[in-house]
Amino acid sequence: MTSMILLPLLGGILIAISTTLMLAQLGKITGISGIVSHSLSQFKLGNDWRYGFLIGLILGGFVIKMLYPQFFSYPISENYLKLAIAGLLVGYGTRLGHGCTSGHGVCGMARVAKRSIVATFTFMLFGIITVAIEGLL
Amino acid sequence: MKTFFISLISGIIFAIGLSISGMINPHKVKGFLDIFGNWDYSLAFVMGGAVGLNYFTFKYFEKKHELNTPTAIDKNLIIGSALFGIGWGLIGICPGPGIVNLINFDLGILVFVVAMLLGMSLYRMQTGKR
Repeated sequence: MTSMILLPLLGGILIAISTTLMLAQLGKITGISGIVSHSLSQFKLGNDWRYGFLIGLILGGFVIKMLYPQFFSYPISENYLKLAIAGLLVGYGTRLGHGCTSGHGVCGMARVAKRSIVATFTFMLFGIITVAIEGLL
Repeated sequence: MKTFFISLISGIIFAIGLSISGMINPHKVKGFLDIFGNWDYSLAFVMGGAVGLNYFTFKYFEKKHELNTPTAIDKNLIIGSALFGIGWGLIGICPGPGIVNLINFDLGILVFVVAMLLGMSLYRMQTGKR
């Protein structure tokens, strides 16, 4: 029960608090693919909120790993070629589609933005199809 | 400085949310996408909790800020999201969890994140957009 419902729900609420803070205080939509892409394409002062968020992501992960290592105790067993192909698709696809699970999923869906609903439906559908095909192979 | 500090705190909270919810665990994500197999529904509560709460808070706060909200459903939105979905389904990692997983110092994760950055650069080179 705890790991199936309560922890995911609590995690979702924390994600909502984080993205609400970004909107309320900075007027920003938290889209992580955009934050990563913009941070790397140009080093400038106006990117400070992006750098801050990325450093925070790493710090937050580090703190949880130190305190509760069980959340990080899973193997990454896929081969490197598959990881590289998936990474390329995720990087290119999220830029072409202007958003990922955070920007379109968590923020855009909450704003009932038509583009985000279509995007989220599409990446969910293709994720489901991919896993289903892999299951057949 | 205030901007940096607020986004830093937000990033920390976001990463804690991703970690405890199971979103950073690629096996859980693939289990969530495996609706025709051994479906693990738990991650639906992450999205449900986040979107459900944001529905109310965003409604309130978005009035105070001028947000650019394009509405066109174009080919790029669909193709890009489809490609992202395939990549997500292959490994079970999307951009946020990819970054958080860097602290695992795992070579596989590094390969994924570097390839993701390359994919983003490819888009920039091709279109001149960020």
